[in-house]
Amino acid sequence: MPTTLEKHVLLRDEDVPNIREFDVYVANEGYAAWKKALTTMQGAEVIQVVKDSGLRGRGGAGFPAGVKWSFIPKDIFPKYVTVNCDESEPGTFKDHQLIKNNPHQVIEGTALCAYAIGCNVAYIYCRGEFMEPGKQLQIAIDEAYAKGMLGQNILGTGYNLDVYIHYGAGAYICGEESALIESLEGKIGQPRLKPPFPAVSGLYNKPTVINNVETLANVPPIVLNGAAWYKQWGTEKSPGVKIFCVSGHVKNPGNYELPLGKYSIQELLDMAGGSSTGLPIKAVLPAGSSSPIIPTANFHAKLDYEAMAGIGSVLGSTSFIFMDESVNMVWAARKMIRFFKHESCGKCTPCREGTFWALNLYNKLLRGDGTMDDVNMIATVNKQIVGKCFCPLGEFATSSMTFTLKHFKQDYIDFIDQSMGGSADYLVELERDHALPGMVPAH
Amino acid sequence: MLKEKRAAEIVTLLAKYPPERKRSAVMPLLFMAQEEYGYCSDEAVKEVAEILFLDPTEVKSVVGFYTMFHEKPVGKYLIEVCDDLPCVLRGADKFVSHCEHKLGIKAGETTPDGKITLNVVMCIAACDRAPCAQVNGDYRVSLTEESFDQMADELTQN
Repeated sequence: MPTTLEKHVLLRDEDVPNIREFDVYVANEGYAAWKKALTTMQGAEVIQVVKDSGLRGRGGAGFPAGVKWSFIPKDIFPKYVTVNCDESEPGTFKDHQLIKNNPHQVIEGTALCAYAIGCNVAYIYCRGEFMEPGKQLQIAIDEAYAKGMLGQNILGTGYNLDVYIHYGAGAYICGEESALIESLEGKIGQPRLKPPFPAVSGLYNKPTVINNVETLANVPPIVLNGAAWYKQWGTEKSPGVKIFCVSGHVKNPGNYELPLGKYSIQELLDMAGGSSTGLPIKAVLPAGSSSPIIPTANFHAKLDYEAMAGIGSVLGSTSFIFMDESVNMVWAARKMIRFFKHESCGKCTPCREGTFWALNLYNKLLRGDGTMDDVNMIATVNKQIVGKCFCPLGEFATSSMTFTLKHFKQDYIDFIDQSMGGSADYLVELERDHALPGMVPAH
Repeated sequence: MLKEKRAAEIVTLLAKYPPERKRSAVMPLLFMAQEEYGYCSDEAVKEVAEILFLDPTEVKSVVGFYTMFHEKPVGKYLIEVCDDLPCVLRGADKFVSHCEHKLGIKAGETTPDGKITLNVVMCIAACDRAPCAQVNGDYRVSLTEESFDQMADELTQN
């Protein structure tokens, strides 16, 4: 996909053919940061440069990566790095491209993080569905071992590091860091109570850094070129580059790597070729199903953490799902609630029961049995979930209800007034929910 | 028995985790069992439990929680089509209907010859190339009705 960068920092496979291969990667500055760090820098210096770069976590929360690393206690062993490659937010497909086409950069970033905090084992937790792209990542790990970039006494420095892939088996919740740890420990993926945070008590109750794949892919060029170099892009509070996953009703869906804060949502839409259907775009979900929907009136907002918060939404995982005028928001909200109902881990009642009852109500509307009382009931159920859940997933589930009701209430009113429920397409869709593996059918 | 048939692999696998934390291997072992037996049968669950010194109930709870572990046999080829929001915006709903029509089964069912199981699944992170699916875990993207028909014919003949 096109970019406005001179060359990509992350999606380098789009500039350099076969960069997935060790020799090609090395010929293009690959593992140069790793050599630099191992031979000339202390762990604390690596942390400092990442801190200075202002790099923020790319998984969604946007927490400064260097600050996270600095929380790791120095005197407790062993420590762990776990890489979050559970990429499951609907509309997100950036880590998929990174591990498949530029895997060495992910490995190098992981190694730098491990060295920075003084740890000797890193686990890359990939969602189970990534076993195919994961093969490429494993090939790259094997190459890195064979060439002495991983393993024992790396580059003669006495430093040891093992990197392993660990696969999940189909559970969105495992993208939540403490659920990921539980899953990696061989249990069902339900989140832990925080505090303690993973930096204090994470994997096997030891200090653990968890970072998203994209976050770590940023680290090698930062360590190699310095914090000031990285800050040539982005804003003061959102420095650097970011991969935007664009999907839905656009002509050219795909991953777009852009400087943060430079372009607006409208410009991103234009880069993706605009609407693919001939109908005008109606709204966008900027961070998949879990994000507050944005109507076109706010498409002037710049793509950075602060500007998106300023229009009442989030930058999150930057999975931009564009929807045209043909999309009814009652239908879209149901699709999203269905996702969260399916993915709720069941640990806490507001999320488990709330998503169940919300889906029931949306199903009722789609079946054609709904009234405005049901629409009001959706708002009530929503209120019983917001702010009452154990982990962010429950909160995420409410976004689709809260913000479609806020920005597109008319869709709900029209849906009832014009008796739009009960169409053959809707009935097929509702019936098909019964086929979803792991779905306890709602009424 | 898994323990005998895949002995070397199991040793390598267990070495990835600290000595007192072998439970971490439960999911990789279940994937291995599923490869051997086609699904996570009670027998397979017991074998995995034995390897890890766990109670079978604990292993079974893991099987139940994660959607990629099958508690019942599936077809030789498992076709999983994404019908989540981004894909449906690009026609995945109608595409699934076409798949059902072509295979003569509904989503969630297996063809009478046991060859193909058709499932719908949540987002598989290939939304830019919708409609997309996985066949026994391998991605098939930018699918059309024609390319699906061709693929289904090939799978049926294999």
